[in-house]
Amino acid sequence: MQADIFAKKKRNTLAFLLLLGAVTILAMIITEYNALKGFASIPKAIQWGMANFYPTAESLEKLPVILEKLQETLLVSIAATTAAAVFALLFSIFGSNTTRVNAFFGAITRGIATVFRNIDVAAWALILLFSFGQSALTGYFALFFGSFGFLTRAFTETIDEVSGGSVEALKATGAGYFSIIFQSVIPSSIPQLISWILFMIETNIRSATLIGLLTGSGIGFTFNLYYKSLAYDTASLVVVVIIAAILLIEYASNYVRKVIL
Amino acid sequence: MTALLEVNHLTKQFGKDSKALTDVSFSVQEGEFVSIIGPSGAGKSTLLRCLNRMIDATGGEIRFQDLHVMDLKKKELKQVRTKIGMIFQHYNLVNRLSVIENTLHGILGTKSTLAGVIGYYSKEEKQQAAQILNVLGLNEMIYKRADQLSGGQKQRVGIARALIQNPRMLLCDEPIASLDPNSAKVIMDYLKKVTATMGITVIVNLHQVDVAIKYSDRIIGINKGQVVYNGSAKGLTSEDIQRIYGSEAEDLIFDIGGIHAG
Repeated sequence: MQADIFAKKKRNTLAFLLLLGAVTILAMIITEYNALKGFASIPKAIQWGMANFYPTAESLEKLPVILEKLQETLLVSIAATTAAAVFALLFSIFGSNTTRVNAFFGAITRGIATVFRNIDVAAWALILLFSFGQSALTGYFALFFGSFGFLTRAFTETIDEVSGGSVEALKATGAGYFSIIFQSVIPSSIPQLISWILFMIETNIRSATLIGLLTGSGIGFTFNLYYKSLAYDTASLVVVVIIAAILLIEYASNYVRKVIL
Repeated sequence: MTALLEVNHLTKQFGKDSKALTDVSFSVQEGEFVSIIGPSGAGKSTLLRCLNRMIDATGGEIRFQDLHVMDLKKKELKQVRTKIGMIFQHYNLVNRLSVIENTLHGILGTKSTLAGVIGYYSKEEKQQAAQILNVLGLNEMIYKRADQLSGGQKQRVGIARALIQNPRMLLCDEPIASLDPNSAKVIMDYLKKVTATMGITVIVNLHQVDVAIKYSDRIIGINKGQVVYNGSAKGLTSEDIQRIYGSEAEDLIFDIGGIHAG
């Protein structure tokens, strides 16, 4: 009997690997992708990058403009995340199994959040382009909607995980709904909630760059502008600045996490 | 003596055909210390939670201080709950808050929504909390965070949170199941001592038959959702234990003769 289980597991693994291989090969045939050629072009790409894609002294003159755009992108990301977090907190409290008002209302709030979560930020940007055109507002709302969906889900799970016991205890003492939320749910989950918000800010700064390409705003647009006009040195400076900003933000949020957790 | 709590023909059904409690009836006198024993899954926790309607029973009647608990409206139910303290196996504290804050949570039920939300407690209430913690031997831990305490200390905070309610009755759901023997004894001793001096009625779910015999006035034995023993702790015979725990009773890890002798 025991040997059968192991043999079966091995067969399953083998079947999975074969399937994976078949799908890969099929995909390569359909897209006419030549793996050898693909890998062979990597050195060439590096060579090109080394030759053209580095900041020069004259590109540094553009630095103030770039930093201004970077600042805009950072602020939009942070604003979108924090605003989304406020709504997500409300929705997660109404959607979480431990704190929901009733099952029906809980299902509705969770459903709304699921819809928002499953539409990607880039898709939101495309949808919103119709309403707001190419502006920072489009980017802001795209990030806001995407973060709202994700944070609601993350908050809901945090609340369920952290506060089930104390919610039960406070209910048993006869405490009211709002007392329970403010004295038990929020104090027990706040560090994790903040941690999720920080994570979302980091993610949003990265997405904001890409969304900027679509919406014609922020640092993403700046990059696109210089890149398309063949100013590779300035475009590379933009990349360096973005990477520096992301590392800095990550360092800062890791520090905050360490302090609060 | 008057009956503080009366349970008549209580049933609880989960889903379509899984019956957790079947026709459970018993009454508890003012000031009594009652243990509920029975195998895992017999319905002890469900029974306890039906009493303060943390779980809504399917049928039957519960009378607490002559109030029909099962017919109460939301607001009246909250009021009844302020008179019933509850203690949990996993303590159910807010780990990130201090011992005194956790203790004061016990009186949230008597506060207005606004006072509850901002966590406003009067000076007298804080002093009362400190005094209760002092009685429970936690005076040096008052400002410590709950997650810095040992299991036994956490459970004492749980008791403090229940006591500050000034309850008529305490419901304890496996209060010592997660504790080592020493802390378990400390907790049971405190429970017995404090409730006796304050005249609080106690209903406690227990896994340990020997502990139940030692501490309680009366024992209620439950098997498969039915009361199979309801009588004094001293009168519990090995046949009764066999009935409560079924065929495994022979293998129970203690010797009942030894307990009665001691």
